[in-house]
Amino acid sequence: MAEMRYREALGAALAEELERDERVLLMGEDIGVFGGAFKVTAGLLERFGERRVRDTPISENTIVGVGVGAAMTGLRPVVELMTINFSLLAFDQIVNHAAAIHYMFGGQATVPLVVRMPQGAGHQLGPTHSHCLEAMFMHVPGLLVAVPSTPADAKGLLKSAIRDDNPVIFIEHESLYGVRGEVADDPEALVRFGHARVAREGSDVTIVGVSRMAQTAERAARTLAHEHGVEAEVIDPRTLRPLDLDTILASVRRTNRCVIVEEGWPHGGVGANLAALIGEQAFDHLDAPVERVSGADVPMPYAKPLEDLAYPHAAQVVHAALATTGQGAGAR
Amino acid sequence: MQKGPPEPEQAREWLSMMTLIRRFEERAGEMYARAKVGGFLHLSIGEEASIVGSARALRDSDYLISTYRSHGHALVRGTPPENVMAELFGRVGGCSHGHGGSMHMFDGARRFMGGYGIVGGNLPIAAGIALASDYKQTDEVTLCVFGDGACNQGTFGETLNLAALWRLPVVFMVTNNQFGMGTALSRHSAVTDLGRKGESLGVAGMRCDGMNVVDTHAVLCEAVSRVRAERRPLLVEAVTYRFRGHSMADPEEYRTREEVARWRERDPIPAFGELLVAEGVIDEREREQIDARAVARVDEAVAFAERSPAPGAESLYDDVYVLGKQVHGSYSLDTTHGDASTPHEPGAGEEAAQGEVPRQLTDALAAGEDGGRPAAGDGGELAGGGAAAGSRRARGSG
Repeated sequence: MAEMRYREALGAALAEELERDERVLLMGEDIGVFGGAFKVTAGLLERFGERRVRDTPISENTIVGVGVGAAMTGLRPVVELMTINFSLLAFDQIVNHAAAIHYMFGGQATVPLVVRMPQGAGHQLGPTHSHCLEAMFMHVPGLLVAVPSTPADAKGLLKSAIRDDNPVIFIEHESLYGVRGEVADDPEALVRFGHARVAREGSDVTIVGVSRMAQTAERAARTLAHEHGVEAEVIDPRTLRPLDLDTILASVRRTNRCVIVEEGWPHGGVGANLAALIGEQAFDHLDAPVERVSGADVPMPYAKPLEDLAYPHAAQVVHAALATTGQGAGAR
Repeated sequence: MQKGPPEPEQAREWLSMMTLIRRFEERAGEMYARAKVGGFLHLSIGEEASIVGSARALRDSDYLISTYRSHGHALVRGTPPENVMAELFGRVGGCSHGHGGSMHMFDGARRFMGGYGIVGGNLPIAAGIALASDYKQTDEVTLCVFGDGACNQGTFGETLNLAALWRLPVVFMVTNNQFGMGTALSRHSAVTDLGRKGESLGVAGMRCDGMNVVDTHAVLCEAVSRVRAERRPLLVEAVTYRFRGHSMADPEEYRTREEVARWRERDPIPAFGELLVAEGVIDEREREQIDARAVARVDEAVAFAERSPAPGAESLYDDVYVLGKQVHGSYSLDTTHGDASTPHEPGAGEEAAQGEVPRQLTDALAAGEDGGRPAAGDGGELAGGGAAAGSRRARGSG
């Protein structure tokens, strides 16, 4: 084990897979000479050369489409998009092509492509650079969707993503790049998709935190324990497609309460979907309605006080958890 | 592969293939009129010379990638007409197993990398295929075919720029059939000399007579060999005309019958047939035999498609994902990891559930009831009913 930052863990995963498999190549805007907008790919051009680490023009839809074509003919491309907002320019290639090709050609073509992108608020980047759009990708059959929140998961999941034969949307978080954590050295230490991580055990309420919100949920759980005597179980789903619903349902059936925390918008969000699934499959185990804590239903504002209001913080999660236990007024 | 007038055997094959495509398309149109074929049906009648002339400039190891008007491209690559027709019929014997339909033919083994339903969607993919060829240090070339309408998509500029920048071996061929759906070229493109549209992007242009198979072949042979040798893309404009509407659902109010008739005078198939007769390559009898063989082959294709079974309900979720260590089944809503995630198998009674809600609504509407509007407080709308049916099915899969 070694301690490293989230961005370094991602960089290590890319380097190891480039080393391991000649078919792997990286493409993206400013990933080479510049070293990546968030420095995830720093040093890789120098180490692996221009054939395998490719700076691209600013042409998101085409970069992803080139990845699709290369993946269909034997390569395993990893495309970096500078922010998740820019992935909207590539939605045609992601949804109409990458996700559909295996199905629409009757299983005869595969698209082993990874598209990496960071999301998230907190840096005053305003309404075109800081949204959380995992729900949009979670919506699409044919895609796998990862939302790692720790350096260890970032590395382990990215390696699994590169080795998988399906198109993977790999969603990083801008505020997590500097976070440190223990990461396995073993290049074969993978984190498989479809396995949630129980970040903290508890018996009173289940808190599901998505992407960075897994960390916010853990902070809230500490407050709940210290100040309210409530033991929360914190679950980080780690991947949204496939989703490890079993682990979440098992927890809810023990705690009988659930709070879902996400940074994205509330309508049609991860929490809305998960709350419906829990309602359908664990209704008899619930002692209170499932609570959702989400980002505000607005384009992300620039001004710091407004931006702070527009994404969830631990205090709101504490309120929501207390609401499910009958204490406090709830989050709303 | 050589330039200039074809050898006799080659000439016969070109005429046979163009005729097969024509007869296939005509029959497909008939089958559409008889409701054997659903959805949209885009025919390439009139464009056969541009298809055969260009594809025959390729080696078997080269790639061809096409659009939603792709039946002819599958046929010219050697996909049996049976599998193309069965795909139109939506049968398991279709070349995309009934998942794709008219717009999404595919035959990877013959390096036909598919038809794509989004205008301009195939250009970046073509560049990716060429990137892989280059990366693997092969001398393969990719021929990317698209229509004049696609030249106005963002992917056209993006992809030509990137392909020129990275020196990717792609021949971009714009099949200029004069219309982007129902909008004439001069009404949709500021520059109508389409071969020049790549100049500012570092891609030189060429032009061929897409109504003339010999000329198309000669120009494409030059383009393909230049791209293969120089490792940089070219743009070729094939000037042609589609004799039929954009799709079968096209009343053709945007052009005159006289205009269509003028172009039909240049029909590439009679023109080439007459040329071969005049040059003594074939006689009239052989010309008739070629046509009869094409008709017979299409008869067989229809018979095969009729016999091929429709996909069963159990196959609905097939091939959503490549199954493996991480993905064990088709994740509808509630399947997760491990043993809980078996591939989707519909539960008993599920089939009955499908279509239940629409049918109820239809019945209610037919009866003049307020079927689409649940009572106040019901919390549902039309979509709500559909969603409920969907999640019922999803639970059945778990």
